[in-house]
Amino acid sequence: MSLPIIVEDVRPLIALIAPWFGLLGIMLAGEKRANLRELITFGAASVQAAVVLSMLPIILGGSIIEFHIWQIFSNVPMLLRVDGPGLLFALVASILWIATTLYSIGYMRGLHEHAQTRFYSFFALSLSATMGVAFSANLLTIYFFYEMLSVSTFPLVTHMQDKEARTGGRTYLGYLLFTSLCLLLPALSWCYIWLDGGQMTMDFLSDTGKIGYFSETTQFALLLLFTFGFAKAGLMPFHSWLPGAMVAPTPVSALLHAVAVVKVGVFCVYRVYADIFGVDVLTKMNGQDWTMILASATILISSLIALSQDNLKRRLAFSTIGQLGYIILGAAIATDRGQGGAVLHIAMHACGKITLFFCAGAIFVATGKKYVSQLRGLGRRMPITMGAFMIGSLSVIGLPPLGGFVSKWYLALGALDRDVMWVVAVLLISSLLNVFYLLPVAVTAFFRSGDTEEEEQSIKEAPWPCVVPLAFTALGCFALFFWSDALLKLAGVTP
Amino acid sequence: MENAIAWIFIFPLFGSVFVALSRYVNIKLAYPISVLSMAGAFWAGVETLRQAMASPNHEISYLLGGWTLDLFPRGVGIEFRADLLASLIVLIVLGVGLIVTVYSKIHVEKETPNKEAIYYSLMLLQITGLAGICLTGDAFNLYVLIEVAALTGYGLIAIGSNRAAAATFNYLILGTIGASLYLLGVGYLYIKTGTLNMVGIQEVIEANGLTDSATMQVAFVLIGVGILIKMAFFPFHAWLPNAYCNAPTTTSCLLAPLVTKVMIYVMIRMVLTVFGVEFSFESTIWVSWMPWLVVIAIICAAFLALSQREIKRMLAYLIVAEVGYMVGGVWIYNYYGLIGSIFHIISDACMTLCLFLGTGIILHKCKTTHFDGIRGLFSKMPFTMIGFFVGGFSIIGLPPTCGFFSKWYLITGGMVSGHWEYLVVLMFSTMVMVILFFRLIERIHLAVDESGKNLGKGHGDLGLSREQTRFDEAPLIMLIPLLVAAATVIVIGIYNQEVVNQIETFLQAYDLPTGVEYE
Repeated sequence: MSLPIIVEDVRPLIALIAPWFGLLGIMLAGEKRANLRELITFGAASVQAAVVLSMLPIILGGSIIEFHIWQIFSNVPMLLRVDGPGLLFALVASILWIATTLYSIGYMRGLHEHAQTRFYSFFALSLSATMGVAFSANLLTIYFFYEMLSVSTFPLVTHMQDKEARTGGRTYLGYLLFTSLCLLLPALSWCYIWLDGGQMTMDFLSDTGKIGYFSETTQFALLLLFTFGFAKAGLMPFHSWLPGAMVAPTPVSALLHAVAVVKVGVFCVYRVYADIFGVDVLTKMNGQDWTMILASATILISSLIALSQDNLKRRLAFSTIGQLGYIILGAAIATDRGQGGAVLHIAMHACGKITLFFCAGAIFVATGKKYVSQLRGLGRRMPITMGAFMIGSLSVIGLPPLGGFVSKWYLALGALDRDVMWVVAVLLISSLLNVFYLLPVAVTAFFRSGDTEEEEQSIKEAPWPCVVPLAFTALGCFALFFWSDALLKLAGVTP
Repeated sequence: MENAIAWIFIFPLFGSVFVALSRYVNIKLAYPISVLSMAGAFWAGVETLRQAMASPNHEISYLLGGWTLDLFPRGVGIEFRADLLASLIVLIVLGVGLIVTVYSKIHVEKETPNKEAIYYSLMLLQITGLAGICLTGDAFNLYVLIEVAALTGYGLIAIGSNRAAAATFNYLILGTIGASLYLLGVGYLYIKTGTLNMVGIQEVIEANGLTDSATMQVAFVLIGVGILIKMAFFPFHAWLPNAYCNAPTTTSCLLAPLVTKVMIYVMIRMVLTVFGVEFSFESTIWVSWMPWLVVIAIICAAFLALSQREIKRMLAYLIVAEVGYMVGGVWIYNYYGLIGSIFHIISDACMTLCLFLGTGIILHKCKTTHFDGIRGLFSKMPFTMIGFFVGGFSIIGLPPTCGFFSKWYLITGGMVSGHWEYLVVLMFSTMVMVILFFRLIERIHLAVDESGKNLGKGHGDLGLSREQTRFDEAPLIMLIPLLVAAATVIVIGIYNQEVVNQIETFLQAYDLPTGVEYE
């Protein structure tokens, strides 16, 4: 394999820093100049998305971009590197940030939320950390941004500042900091000190597979520590923080807990599987089947739990846990097409799930309803919202011509390459479960009539800043299907 | 500047005299004189470190009183030696001293009215003592300086409230026991080796093969236990919480980051320089049971910290736990552990300073440091809170604060030396710190009260009066030192390699196992 051409460029750093300038502007504008403040958020998000987009031709051309920030240890740099999967993730996160900003305006103003300045400030910080994870070139760099994300999302999760928020926040940080400080940190330290005469950088490009020098037991222990250590990936049994974090305002649930935070988790796991262990080491490992089993168990169990949830946001949260399981499963299959499918699924699921969360929020803003059983008859009063919900559901289920189909297709192909038929079976069964827990929501809304006529009459669509983003992301699900070529190329699979 | 090492003492020593005299002229002069002499001392400290780094064998020696090594044997006069370790630690001592002195103005005027001159005089003497402990090359002189620091410390604590007197008495008794044990140990050393110079003792031990000597063993135990008492190692910690909590605010800001840390420096100095690696780690049994004592110490201190409902007291127990970290880093007998230990002295001084300065401001503004008194403080004093929590995050060990890097080396040391119990207890106490600080964040950000019930109705209504949430930041003379300390925590984290390089250069002179065998 020939090494790609490396281009030195400052653009990844700009994508990382743009939110910081946004943060400064947001704080200076403050609560009194709300319109200016939102404009600044838009500005930061647009700059970020534009910068990320501008790197697309270079990456598609087969090069990668690097930028050196500082030296963490004498032999480990904090290095930013833009490659296919990283850029794909960054693209998704930054474009959806723009959509979410518009949505937040509708949502937060619609509900007269307090402390909106703090909300937008920490939102910007989280996006900076997300970019950092997407563009990290080695394990220590990714760890730094991972921790930054944990801390900067805490004020968002506890935004409501009531008792429920406190409980959710406790679960959130408890899980995330316990796993990252107690599982991840020793594993990192172990790798850095023992590998390669202590000269290890754990680089995703040049150090792939070096972990194979360890004994089989150590390798397996490290694999488990890394898999569970990145608890943002929501692998059971370290998943409870995600339903807990649903106390946050819906824009947070939408962007962070369907796109940024959880995807950071699975992206880290993907990096570990694909770029630290590497396909060769993973397929040779005896214990490696366990990661596939864990991921499959997570997929099935969380789908079953989702079936029983009446609270719409909680149902979506458990659905997310299941979908994250797909990504880990794809990475753990350890074939090129399986891992490519995992990367694709980051994008596909992000677009589908953010639509669903936007819809859930829009329903809450328009009607104050939170439970699936309350949605009867809503379809006729809120056709755009519920239509988008339908499209999002179908995409998550994985039907063509929607984005979710492409990634599931490649996951299945990857499983066939490895010759693990039971994984294909898991994919099929869970898709069926997806149908059971997602479709009834839209069906109830469209085909069952509401309790009383007057109540139904009084309901209308949420404010337009809420509706436009969800229509946009619903259309995005189609777009991802028809333009999946470029994404496939970024994910590193040849159709 | 050739005599920088001497200027480190001249500035605060003479400063303290002038400050004491200033009450006869104008008591308002005490503060500026103190700040100026600390600034001078700090500058001399920087210069010393620069010289030590530049010199070929990475140390500078200053023979007090002009005696020379070619005319007299080592040990005749007092020698000040600044190797890389000593000059790093002394720089931290002086830096913390400078920041606290600048910060002290309002507190000292309020808490010890009309005693400013005597207070600042004691404070400068305290810093002189601590700096001297770091720099002296003479085991007996070290005792003298420990007593200088201790006696002024008693004064600085007792000058506060009435309750401080009782705490001081407690501290005095335990401190004296510790110092006496140390002195006794030095006596044994002198009997056996005939010299008091640290390098001289080591030379005699090596030349005469004294590693099996029972006298040396006794000396080692006496000195070791004496130092453990002085550094508040659990279970000898009883003096610390009361002393620091009842002391005037500035005193606790000065003593908490420095005293325990300097005593850990003394332990490292004794282990490495005086007794030598071979004797300390191979000929004594400390290596086999100290790590387990550390485990007990950290667990107990963590639980004690958890049970506190007052920030100051909680921080005091945190210090006891942190002492456990550093002692453990030494006694796991590993190269990386020692790097971690020494680095942690530096980072712990900075982060404890942050926390205590922040607590001082809270006390100034809210009149209490009880958990219930700090509800919703974030909207009132955002900058103070940011400074405070930078220290908190550093104690937890979140990157890129310096606490992360020192913990990283401690973890590495625990792992490569095979002391898994130390690793586990580090993880455990890390989680306790997470609980401690996020519990504070809940109080400050979410404004929940002791019973866990929120008195407000959500949506920004925190159940607080407008008075309690109005922006009301601390005076700049207090805020700026806090923010400088917070910035230092981050800057040391970012430039951790510069610090670690110096520590590594220092440790290269000693034969320590790395524990890592590469194929």
